[in-house]
Amino acid sequence: MAKLTIDGIEVEVPNGSTVIQACEAAGVEIPRFCYHERLSIAGNCRMCLVEIEKMPPKPVASCGQPVADGMVVHTDSEMVRKGRRGVMEFLLINHPLDCPICDQGGECDLQDEAVAYGRDHSRYEDGKRSVAQPDWGPLVKTTMTRCIHCTRCIRFTTEVAGVAELGATQRGEETKVGTYVQKALTSELSGNIIDLCPVGALTSKPYAFTARPWELRKTDSIDVLDALGSNIRIDARGAEVLRILPRINDDVNEEWLGDKSRFSVDGLKRRRLDRPWIRENGKLRPASWEEAFAAIAAKVKATSPAKMGALAGDLADVESMLALKGFFAGLGSKNIDCRIDGSNFDTSKRAFYLFNTTVAGIEDADALLIIGSNPRHEAPVLNARIRKRWLAGGFKIGMIGNVADLTYKFDHLGEGPEAIQALLNGSHAFADVLKNAARPMVILGAGALAGPEGGGVHAAAWKLAAQFNMLTPEWHGFNLLHHAASRVGALDLGFLPVEGALDAKAMLSGAADVLWLLGADAEAVRGIPANTFVIYQGHHGDAGAARADVILPGAAYTEKDGTYVNTEGRVQQGYAAVKPPGDAREDWRILRAISAYLGHALPYDNLEQLRDYLKAEYSVFGEEFRRFAGTDAAGPAGASATGSTIFRPLLPNYYQTDVISRSSPTMAACVAAHYPALAEAAE
Amino acid sequence: MSSTHANPTSFAFTEANMKLVEKAIKKYPEGRQMSAVKSLLDLAQRQMGAQTGSIWLPRAAMDKVAEILGVAPMRVYEVATFYTMFNLQPVGKYHLQVCTTTPCWLRGSDDIVRACKAASGVKNFGETSEDGVFTLKEVECLGACVNAPILQVNDDYYEDMDAARVEALLNDLRAGKPLPPAGSLGGRQSSAPASGQTSLVSAPGSAE
Repeated sequence: MAKLTIDGIEVEVPNGSTVIQACEAAGVEIPRFCYHERLSIAGNCRMCLVEIEKMPPKPVASCGQPVADGMVVHTDSEMVRKGRRGVMEFLLINHPLDCPICDQGGECDLQDEAVAYGRDHSRYEDGKRSVAQPDWGPLVKTTMTRCIHCTRCIRFTTEVAGVAELGATQRGEETKVGTYVQKALTSELSGNIIDLCPVGALTSKPYAFTARPWELRKTDSIDVLDALGSNIRIDARGAEVLRILPRINDDVNEEWLGDKSRFSVDGLKRRRLDRPWIRENGKLRPASWEEAFAAIAAKVKATSPAKMGALAGDLADVESMLALKGFFAGLGSKNIDCRIDGSNFDTSKRAFYLFNTTVAGIEDADALLIIGSNPRHEAPVLNARIRKRWLAGGFKIGMIGNVADLTYKFDHLGEGPEAIQALLNGSHAFADVLKNAARPMVILGAGALAGPEGGGVHAAAWKLAAQFNMLTPEWHGFNLLHHAASRVGALDLGFLPVEGALDAKAMLSGAADVLWLLGADAEAVRGIPANTFVIYQGHHGDAGAARADVILPGAAYTEKDGTYVNTEGRVQQGYAAVKPPGDAREDWRILRAISAYLGHALPYDNLEQLRDYLKAEYSVFGEEFRRFAGTDAAGPAGASATGSTIFRPLLPNYYQTDVISRSSPTMAACVAAHYPALAEAAE
Repeated sequence: MSSTHANPTSFAFTEANMKLVEKAIKKYPEGRQMSAVKSLLDLAQRQMGAQTGSIWLPRAAMDKVAEILGVAPMRVYEVATFYTMFNLQPVGKYHLQVCTTTPCWLRGSDDIVRACKAASGVKNFGETSEDGVFTLKEVECLGACVNAPILQVNDDYYEDMDAARVEALLNDLRAGKPLPPAGSLGGRQSSAPASGQTSLVSAPGSAE
């Protein structure tokens, strides 16, 4: 530890810190453009100048200056102010004064710092530099004339996102940040460079000229477009959600957000269900809530409970699934299931279906085996964490499944369960890597569990974990990477058929006469036989609504207070940013209303009571999040899979995976840019 | 640009150059192959010169270098665009590089530029003469200020230039004569005083 005095404030920081970090620790804000705590140090903007006593009598860039014991730092001396004013004047020489038409206005670091250190007029008389606007694809809008060459975007794409597509070409005044060759950025994390850009050079293309930051109402929430549960901030104006930004949570998403989660927001305004619908003579017609409830009641009363079933979709919140489960219990039916993808594996213990290592825990691991997953598509922010660990060195990665560019190097061990067997019996060299690792981890993808052999793959992966030292009192290396945001919450609720009840597969193939779909929109619902009466409760007109006999309009994740459990088992709560459109209602309220209509009223009248009930019935929702210890090595039931079925990728593409992203024109543009063959087939 | 300098879609080092490539890479420790990037780009550029008569670096060559070094192409583009020694556009047979930095400018580099333009037929910096013989570029200090002004032709420095010497040199080159020996065209030996020796004029030890 080193002791420093910053503007008279004494702080102690670890050796190897930089002066700017020490200043942060002392609560002194240092202006900066190029420095970012999650990126490498560039030291090229020179805005963070400070004065340090007993150093050469000149200002020092605090971002690159290591601390030393006894340093005395002044951050607001005459020398510092003069230095920063000079830096600011140089930065503004070539920066256009187009703030009134710049989307960064109001949240621009340069604008803010210019207030503190800028002159009231320019002394510069020559022509300003102007640069062409390259096309970086459908998400990032470029106005490179505004670029101050901080290189944050270059460092982010190279270091964090792992696609070295951006660079600084030419030199001196000619320096250009760009791709050099015309191309769309191929990273799933490209939106983050918009947040990182300290000026208006990189702004959001879909959000261009939409709103000023001070017009927006900001609501904290949780992302549901993958199972990571990234922490987000929803910015809304009036009844409209305008943009979604990441919130910092070092345990989950650090401060990054995947492009799908960030840019699908325009899908929230399209193809929305804003009133109930009833199918009459094969055609859907608008109806009132009363009519819709009456139609459901007539059908439900005429059907035996054993022939009624409910399926929870991928975006459902815990509250609505709890209400749905309670509602069906009231009707006397045990036919409930959340595994619409057809996966079938032992979920009797929580550790069997969680990402037990935790996302932050990846950084403590020293070997990784990925089975049947493409984390880059299934959870891009988690993939960035794997890459971060890989970059730190001493981290061997093995992969069983489809070869893809994951932004880090890995050994490809095989394509199906027989590769797991090869590790178990030690016939593959990677077994030694796992054996010699102190804290190895395995990530089992949802794709590997979806097939008929899923249970066997699950058992084999657990066996592998037990055999290779992944289950110790200090370490739990068995991880399931879900893709559906609702899945862990549903499993925690026991949203599963009990022994003898109908499962998802049976319900979808006609075993249920009345089928309640809570936002269940998988391709499989299109094949539900005609004699099944389908009630679709959800927010978008997609596969489920197209097949439905009665549609009940629900709320999207931005429109309801919802609890979600991420793939680690972390219980997180989002808040409603706007109201659901038209006659749509929060989903648990709909279920509460119909339960009363049918005479089996659920035992809660408001959200608070519902949550109290939830915590009382299911203790995990009331507990602090904690990491599991791998003390219980008893594995899931069933024999290990040994077959040679190839693990298929879970997602055909990253950008369109659920009703919201499928409704988003921005995501469609991304598919057109990155998967031209898919986009053509869709037309 | 004439069709002989069309942008190639692929590039491969010759066998002889490949040996030099390997030698260049071996100079650096394992994992630091990127350090050889400038050597490789130079080799590629020279090979282009030998093969097409124009010493330049097409994108295919930069991509090839990136492939050999196992780095992202962008990292190679950054290096190649930073240095004026790498020509990213085809150039004429003789690449005229006039230094216009202060010492050369004080010694009359404006005349050299004018003479180059007149003798080569090139109108502006960065352009190539219609016959494809000359490309004219303005460069920063070539580090030979003591013999200013300097005109660099391909790899060679021609020093103590004036308008007449430029005209004579360029006319000879256009006529197909080989490049004269590099160095001062004013007749002095390396950087010795232009007006003749001013010190050490007597034998050591003799009274001055």
